[in-house]
Amino acid sequence: MRRIYLDHAATTPTRPEVVKAMLPFFSDAFGNPSSIYFYGQEAKGAVEEVRTRVAELIGARSEEIIFTSGGTEADNYALKGAAYANERKGNHIITTSIEHNAVLEVCKFLEGRGFKITRLPVDEHGLVDPDDVKRAITDKTIIISVMHANNEVGTIEPVEEIGKIAREAGVCFHSDAVQTVGHIPVSVDELKVDLLAISAHKFYGPKGVGALYVRKGTNLVPLMHGGGQEKRRRAGTENIPAIVGLGKAVELAGQEMGKEAERQAYLRDKLIKGLLEKIDHARLNGHPTRRLPNNVNVIVDFVEGESLLLSLDSEGICASTGSACSSASPEPSHVLLALGLPAEQAHGSLRFTLGRENTDSDVERVLEVLPGIVARLRAMSPLLKTQK
Amino acid sequence: MSDLNLWSQYSEKVMEHFKNPRNVGEMENPDGVGRVGDPICGDVMELYIKVKDGTIIDAKFKTFGCAAAIATSSMVTEMVKGKSVEEALKISNKAVVEALDGLPPVKVHCSVLAEDALKAAIEDYINNSPLPP
Repeated sequence: MRRIYLDHAATTPTRPEVVKAMLPFFSDAFGNPSSIYFYGQEAKGAVEEVRTRVAELIGARSEEIIFTSGGTEADNYALKGAAYANERKGNHIITTSIEHNAVLEVCKFLEGRGFKITRLPVDEHGLVDPDDVKRAITDKTIIISVMHANNEVGTIEPVEEIGKIAREAGVCFHSDAVQTVGHIPVSVDELKVDLLAISAHKFYGPKGVGALYVRKGTNLVPLMHGGGQEKRRRAGTENIPAIVGLGKAVELAGQEMGKEAERQAYLRDKLIKGLLEKIDHARLNGHPTRRLPNNVNVIVDFVEGESLLLSLDSEGICASTGSACSSASPEPSHVLLALGLPAEQAHGSLRFTLGRENTDSDVERVLEVLPGIVARLRAMSPLLKTQK
Repeated sequence: MSDLNLWSQYSEKVMEHFKNPRNVGEMENPDGVGRVGDPICGDVMELYIKVKDGTIIDAKFKTFGCAAAIATSSMVTEMVKGKSVEEALKISNKAVVEALDGLPPVKVHCSVLAEDALKAAIEDYINNSPLPP
């Protein structure tokens, strides 16, 4: 069966060019960058080259890039690191109700240790109001954290405006840019961020590697203590093959992302239009225009997301849902609830996230298959008749 | 369908009942109707029974929910057909799970819902009966 992968926000396949770049760094160029002989310096050279590449992609300086084990570690380091570095100044952190769990759960952890957390609401499209951020700032505020784009509904947040507010207030500003770096242009100076989280496997790099941008002069308490790697900011022998893979993914993204974003946005719009035309009682989630080029998220009334996913999977189509039935937690997606959707509708959400290998025919296949699946499940649904 | 898929947590029987559910639909003039669950939790089951001389001669369902919810609804309607009301009342969620060759632990609540729907339908039948069955 031809499989159509439409869950690129979850992860992407590592590109063959990336794998090829990584391979020599397992057994040939195997050195520890902390060693002064040839092998060590060879590995160190490779790491520093990637640092420069990542910095260039986001308009930073290479010494402002710290390699991590991925987006989750980058978010953890940013928030815990800045919270404990600034605890004498204050204990208030402002974030939003639609952040990834890598931010929300860290905030919950910090809340249990005496920090005060403000979780800002969003509008029906998932947008944070910069004025809400401004109003929430107190003399105790030490961190503002707002994601660049939401992973579920694809809404791109007004990070630039929030960055300006944070800077005027002298508050450290963090943004989780895991869904945007490598897909759309990201400039740390335009966004006015002090901290920015990056993950390689979201843009065709390997899993288990990412980076945290740390603006010069931003104080962080390290998460990892040990050796003096990463200028004492992140102890532990560097994951050289993965870092090299990140570098290759960054290089390729830098060359291709403009065209690719345009191509995916076209496929996205075609899929959205087709779904809303072919399926009644369906609605788009997220912002109509301020959205990631690859994100389609719809509510299909009267049916439950897991049965949609399972039926799609039987046709070889891989997608995702905000329904709780697909996970162990009883609550549907916190993002969809924050958009103001009733829980029963949030259970019927379906997310398709496009990628490099998707084509027109993939979109057409979804449009051919999904209406029948929805009709079949609706014929079984007791909700349809009661709401008619 | 290949063996390699995200849904390998489900038994073949669950998948079979999900793809080809038995007894789907509403019933005209049912003798008992059970409606349980809550759309807010992502599960709603409606179960209809037809009773003649104390025996359940037909059962149908409509379900909003995941594959496990649909499969358990399908299975429970199969299990009650031909049983006396007393026998049907003894069908437990465990028996439904066993008949489906098991359910993943996070989905066991779906079988509880199926048992509840059946009990509610029978209760409705008893309440509607002019004489005790």
